[in-house]
Amino acid sequence: MTKPLEVEGLGYDLPGRGKGERRKSRSLVRDVSFTVGAGETLVLLGRSGSGKTTTLKLINRLLEPTSGEVRVAGERAADLPVTRLRRRIGYVIQDVGLFPHFTVERNVGLVPRIEAWPPARIAARVRELLALVGLDPDSFAGRYPHELSGGQRQRVGVARALAADPPLLLLDEPFGALDPITRVELQREFAALEGRLGKGMVFVTHDVREGLLLGSRIGLMLQGRLAFLGTPDEFRRSDNPECRAFMAAA
Amino acid sequence: MRLWEFYARNSQEVLGLVGQHLYLVAISTGAAIVIGVPLGILLTRRPAWRGPVLGVANVFQTVPSLALFGFLIPLPFIGGIGATTAIVALVLYALLPIVRNTYEGVAGVDPAVRDAGRGMGMTDWQLLTQVELPLGFGVILAGVRVATVVSVGTATIAAAIGAGGLGVYIFRGVAVVDDTLILAGALPAALMALAADGLLGVAARRFAWRSG
Repeated sequence: MTKPLEVEGLGYDLPGRGKGERRKSRSLVRDVSFTVGAGETLVLLGRSGSGKTTTLKLINRLLEPTSGEVRVAGERAADLPVTRLRRRIGYVIQDVGLFPHFTVERNVGLVPRIEAWPPARIAARVRELLALVGLDPDSFAGRYPHELSGGQRQRVGVARALAADPPLLLLDEPFGALDPITRVELQREFAALEGRLGKGMVFVTHDVREGLLLGSRIGLMLQGRLAFLGTPDEFRRSDNPECRAFMAAA
Repeated sequence: MRLWEFYARNSQEVLGLVGQHLYLVAISTGAAIVIGVPLGILLTRRPAWRGPVLGVANVFQTVPSLALFGFLIPLPFIGGIGATTAIVALVLYALLPIVRNTYEGVAGVDPAVRDAGRGMGMTDWQLLTQVELPLGFGVILAGVRVATVVSVGTATIAAAIGAGGLGVYIFRGVAVVDDTLILAGALPAALMALAADGLLGVAARRFAWRSG
């Protein structure tokens, strides 16, 4: 069976300013390789500016890799039309980015609708997903984003990302903007959800406790490189100085 | 009360001039929307063009309106005496608020919303028509509102180049120093501006989306 995600030698150089000889490019991501199997969550952990969010954006081509290869469910990402690639990758971001002029139902049904599913199938799928993320479809489907709490919005964000049943989910600090109590609540529910969904996930965070709770493996990023890749237990026992620094902060 | 007597005696002419005035404003604002909204959208896709285009539109704003009407008269095709010249000048005036507000409205959409849309695989056209334009609509409408109100006022000067409208009474009244005559042109023009401002203001508030 093909894996939801395979990343090989991924690199991204920021084009430098200036001309000719003085034009130097800056490397934001260098030689990053990993795979994510079905039902597996790879947590990309790292400090701010370590390249974890950039790596995520290279996978769904919000940024175009300057080197290396990404394969999603066995297909080379570079060969697919970019909109088709993105529609088979669920994407959840910290600021959620719900459309304020759409109801919850239309927000969640967005990708199915642009993929031209029949309306009845979209409606059924939306109800199923709202229930999955712990929101009562009858009372939430017709609401607008400004009528929801931060935690409820992010639940809708997760439901929206799952709508077209993508094999791969990318999550960029999805719980980062929530208050501590809601965050813990959502982390617990998410941990329970991961196993049931059977999808490949890449979860970006700088919170080591969140990473250890939710990751089946941890990839630690440092200055654009993958400094460590292993299970949470291996991470805890690692001698890598950056791992130790994160463990000390936990 | 002399004003009402004047209206009663000249009701046909008054209605004709009000009609001409509305025609000048409607055609010029309509044309400015047709040109300005796509131009504003283009600027969001080509940020480098923003400075030059808004700069040129700004220059038109700074030219005194009577002078702009005068400059246009000798030009072939668009110039001459009459409504066409006036409409061209009014369009040039209306462009800046419409282009600028279209740009601001579309560019001002929450980056997280845009990122989410792109990240989920919306095409640029889908993002524009389903997200950016609906969310920016209130701001765009506010630009149309400013353009319309300014056009109602500026169109009174169009009478100076033979385009008709309520300015006819104002210029005539100034020439013969007759306050009633000036008022006969100015009052309906002011009411027209207030009505346009009120109606478009209500519409703009209706489309102000709370961000979520």
